[in-house]
Amino acid sequence: MTTTQNSSPIVDSFLQDLPVAGAQVELDRLVRVFGQTRALDGFSLTIERGEFVALLGPSGCGKTTALRVLAGFERLDSGRVVVNGQDLARISAQNRDMGMVFQSYSLFPNMSALNNVAYGLRMRKQRARQRRKKAGELLELVGLADQASKYPHQMSGGQQQRVALARALAIEPRVLLLDEPLSALDAKVRAELRDQIRSLQQRLAITTVFVTHDQEEALSMADRVCVMKAGRIEQTATPATLYSRPATAFVAEFVGVSSRVPVERSGDDVLVFGQRCPVREGAETTPRDSIDALLRPEDLAIEVNRDGKGFVTHRSFLGATTRLVVQVGEIPVRVDIRSETAAEIELGNHVNLRVISRDVLVAPRIGNDLSATS
Amino acid sequence: MAALIPEIAYEETQGGVPQVEGDPQRRRRPRLRYWRGIVLFFAGAYFLIPLYAGLRFSFENDAGQFSLYAVKAIPSQTGFSAAFFLSLRLAAVTTVLTMVLMVPTATYVHLKLPKMRRVLDFVTILPIVIPPIVLILGVLDAAPLWLRASPYLLSLVYVILALPFVYRSLDAGLSAIDLKTLVEASRSLGGKWVGTLWHVILPNLRAAMLSAIVLTIALVLGEFTMASLDLWTTLPVWIYQFSQLDAHIATAVSMLSLLGTWLLLTVIVSVDRSQSRRTRRRTGAL
Repeated sequence: MTTTQNSSPIVDSFLQDLPVAGAQVELDRLVRVFGQTRALDGFSLTIERGEFVALLGPSGCGKTTALRVLAGFERLDSGRVVVNGQDLARISAQNRDMGMVFQSYSLFPNMSALNNVAYGLRMRKQRARQRRKKAGELLELVGLADQASKYPHQMSGGQQQRVALARALAIEPRVLLLDEPLSALDAKVRAELRDQIRSLQQRLAITTVFVTHDQEEALSMADRVCVMKAGRIEQTATPATLYSRPATAFVAEFVGVSSRVPVERSGDDVLVFGQRCPVREGAETTPRDSIDALLRPEDLAIEVNRDGKGFVTHRSFLGATTRLVVQVGEIPVRVDIRSETAAEIELGNHVNLRVISRDVLVAPRIGNDLSATS
Repeated sequence: MAALIPEIAYEETQGGVPQVEGDPQRRRRPRLRYWRGIVLFFAGAYFLIPLYAGLRFSFENDAGQFSLYAVKAIPSQTGFSAAFFLSLRLAAVTTVLTMVLMVPTATYVHLKLPKMRRVLDFVTILPIVIPPIVLILGVLDAAPLWLRASPYLLSLVYVILALPFVYRSLDAGLSAIDLKTLVEASRSLGGKWVGTLWHVILPNLRAAMLSAIVLTIALVLGEFTMASLDLWTTLPVWIYQFSQLDAHIATAVSMLSLLGTWLLLTVIVSVDRSQSRRTRRRTGAL
């Protein structure tokens, strides 16, 4: 399987012929209710031209509903969808100029790969020769020029999704919508296609909304990631910010690995393992709350100490780093350290932990659940 | 039905879990072959003996000797052509009406009203429960005169009779494809509803539609009660009437009608096979 995008005179001329792609999208206070469930509950997001935004969240958080509202497949109870300043309320799905790649294989089984890609152009009444030429170029763009005459049942899942991508791009959409297009693929094909989608998106500078529940996909592909929970946005930020400066406990726990550690207040600071640390801005706590600190494994340093309060219970080799699990009282705390340093620490060693980040995120304590989360 | 289920020799183990005695394959084969033979014999006899009797009668003259006179005489018999072409016209009109009515309806129910599928299941089975004689008498009583004077009133009633078979065929066909995703994919690419139906849904419902069409044609070509009560001489009515003049020719017509239906069924089976082969390949490819 060809894994990278092709660069050939045909593809280059095709890319040059493309109009300036990318539209600005504004989702304004979207509300969609299904029975008792508010799938979207005042969801607002602005996406800039050519930006790649991932909607990330657990099942049922409303990310697919938001995408379907944007595509025109789902009606809104209230709110506005505005693309390039145009309110899409009265514009049906077929007139929105949005290319969509679906989670399930959505190629038309009765058409060859070429005809699938040319379908949108046919609906736009383009001449047969013109649409065949363009469909061929797009298949070349996704590295499947040699599969043009194949039918969907003759192609692998990865190939089908690449044809679906070419088909969505053929209509030169204002916005490209990707609804978990990689979730049905095996890990290797998924990684290859992930790179290909991102690379194509950057070359075409097309505004893209990508729905996923896979944090690795979202963090590795998107310019910005929008983490959703119960129909609302928890945080929208670049992948780096989202990981290193999660705004809420939910984001800290959903993206990456965090350990919840009970802490005590000390004025405006908190005491973590006896160490005074500043509290990160935007903490969702009141002075009366019992609170936990949410600590990333790399926010902590470890030192072997015979009188240390914790002891090492598990060790996982991750390459350059090694993850140690340190039991402090009843709380398992995960710590990432360089593998050379970790080699000097044995299971059962007593250790002390020290916070090395400049501040810590705190959140109200949840029941008795004091375990580390991921 | 119990006799149709292959018996396998079991013995109870200590734990009560039934186990096949010895090598299961070796044990099973002779028993299966034995039962298979018996079932095939009775099923074959059930279907073939009446056919053999009909065919033999068709190729006999009044003296009981082999003769092709009945087959050769069919086209020249009074009223045969008119009855035959009337049945064909009714079959064509009924098929078109049924498809035009049911394909969009079944598609719409699958897409927009999935909860209505059970209701539709029940409604479409009613024509089987209601006797045809009740249906046609009610219709004849209620229909306006101009419609009663037309043979195509029968087509309207045949549409109702065909509903159980047609709806189930289309329902199975629609359930076999990811209709919602295909329709949404088409619409996101600019396809309007008619275009989506024509270019995407209908080609993928080909086998189901073919099956529905053949069942409808077979039903129309074989329907006697309603046509007879509406006083139209369709092929079955002609066969019944003519059998009182020459039973050999009437039986030969029945046999030819059966042959025609078989040919149609063969077309369905071959289309179905090619579709399932494609499905198998698709499953293998993924």
